[in-house]
Amino acid sequence: MTQAHAVLHGIGVSAGMAIGNVVQVPPAAPFSPDEPATTDSASAIEKVHKALEQVASGLEARMATVPEHARAVLEATAMMARDPGLTGAIDTRLTSGTGVTRAVHDAVEEFATMFANLGGYMAERVTDLHDVRDRTISRLLGREEPGVPKLTSPAVIVAHDLAPAETAAMDKKLVLGIITAAGGPTSHTAILAAQLGIPAVVKTSGALELPNGTVVAVNGSTGEVIISPSQVEQDELLERAERRAAALKDSHGSGATKDGHAVALLANIGTLDDAKAAAAQDVEGSGLFRTEFLFLGQSSAPTVAEQTAIYTEVLRSFGDRRVVIRTLDAGADKPLSFANLGEEENPALGRRGIRLGFAIPQLLEDQLAALGAAHRETDADLRVMAPMIATCEEAEQFAESARAAGLPSVGIMIEVPAAALRSQDLLAIVDFASIGTNDLSQYTMAADRMEGELANLLDPWQPAVLQLIQHSCAGGQTNDKKVGVCGEAGGDPLLALVLVGLGVSSLSMAPGKVPAVRASLGMHTLELCQQMASAAVGARTATDARQAVLDLADQELNVLL
Amino acid sequence: MATRTVKIASSVGLHARPAALFVQAASATGLAVTIAKEGGAPVDARSILGVMALGAKHEDAVTLEATGEGDEAALDTLVELLSRDLDKE
Repeated sequence: MTQAHAVLHGIGVSAGMAIGNVVQVPPAAPFSPDEPATTDSASAIEKVHKALEQVASGLEARMATVPEHARAVLEATAMMARDPGLTGAIDTRLTSGTGVTRAVHDAVEEFATMFANLGGYMAERVTDLHDVRDRTISRLLGREEPGVPKLTSPAVIVAHDLAPAETAAMDKKLVLGIITAAGGPTSHTAILAAQLGIPAVVKTSGALELPNGTVVAVNGSTGEVIISPSQVEQDELLERAERRAAALKDSHGSGATKDGHAVALLANIGTLDDAKAAAAQDVEGSGLFRTEFLFLGQSSAPTVAEQTAIYTEVLRSFGDRRVVIRTLDAGADKPLSFANLGEEENPALGRRGIRLGFAIPQLLEDQLAALGAAHRETDADLRVMAPMIATCEEAEQFAESARAAGLPSVGIMIEVPAAALRSQDLLAIVDFASIGTNDLSQYTMAADRMEGELANLLDPWQPAVLQLIQHSCAGGQTNDKKVGVCGEAGGDPLLALVLVGLGVSSLSMAPGKVPAVRASLGMHTLELCQQMASAAVGARTATDARQAVLDLADQELNVLL
Repeated sequence: MATRTVKIASSVGLHARPAALFVQAASATGLAVTIAKEGGAPVDARSILGVMALGAKHEDAVTLEATGEGDEAALDTLVELLSRDLDKE
């Protein structure tokens, strides 16, 4: 079957190029809405228990054939299928007359809802629970368990989402690439695919409509999926992938320009699992550890002891490498049940970030106390920064609290244009600054980050934004303080050169982007980066800025873009 | 019937690994053991889902109950387990 040549866009989460035929993973069977009520509960209970046992033993049987790291995932899922709490909840429903598949569905949902409400680690277990539900219902309906069909030849797997147990058990020789319609950059699927070295793209709209057998080219770095590429295109893509791999082969160690000007290359992380995965990679630390996951979806604020335990674990996983932790950045768009200041007309301009921390002082005090305790426990290179700082008073108040908690290095995020304009005064107060390019663009261009139609205004090459970054760096230089970048812009191998030329001393990005940025820096001298920076800031439009920089760049860089 | 009340010592609460260790130990007693938070309904202590869904945090008091031969000794073992910071071990 030949599909029209087209390109789908998703988020690349596991680098590499794969070209192959699509094999769709059939969606799981839902419960049957018109199944008969249970009249003989004893035999219904026996039937469901048997199905659960088959699911559990099926998962265990696969443990022998999968790599070490995948076994724990399969074992945990099997344990849930045999759980007496779950079987008890199913039995109760069957005894009261609920049909068999409905009983399984509802009992699982009861636990899934509880887990989702508990948030954090528990919320992530919901995927495993749903996997048990889908497998059991399929068994009860006399169907094959859902999941990747048995592959006889290498293929590109396409699914709505993949259960961790499914991804973990994949055979790298048969699964060339993975495309999912749902998922996210930090989902288990993404992390496992990267560990297995299988190119993967998530959040790809239109992927589920691809017929089986369609030839696709999956670019796990850029997130592009090319449908029905011509033979010439396929050859080009593979050749390019090879050249890219060759260019990245020697990319390791500390980041530096061609002439040895050091630029720290760091990872952006958002959960404990992220931290462990990132720490295992060749990065110089973390330039942005988001702490929201500790708070969102919780019914009460995490205690100082709970927070200390997690921060300590994060710091330990990075050893003596730096970890920059950002205090809670929540607000009306990401409301907390225990710290709700009410609805706001315009959450992005409301009491978010440090403003929430000042409105509910206990939240900020507890977090700083926990960070201070984790620092005493580990003596790690911990640096703490506050989001959404706009004025000197805010910076002073935060710095005072953070230093009182025993924190050795205190900084601010520069994401409000006011902070960029007044960076000289702000950096006289704090020890460092980190520019959040995504929010800085949103506030400079007055364009909502979530509004897809305004993507051209949010282009990080907008000269107005680059000029504010230049001004921020100048404020740092006057005070002899470091200014880094921890937004998406830092992960672009071309834009990274401009940022370094503007005076940025560290770049923090999704860990998968580090090798390409490191290779790009290694191809260009600091002087050339500075020329690129002047050209970009001096350009009239975002398009002109990018083109001017591309014209100055080494030809070899093309293969990394 | 034996009953004990104990405070959760584990710094992350009765989550993840501490919960798994507790459930394994409860199952190993061979008795029907339940665990409840103060004022809450008891759940099967052999169910990892039930125990994790309790959401018992650091310093929360939980009540254990068991019936059968050796119930007193079995609960002593479980209380000892919950009194340690399992996450550090």
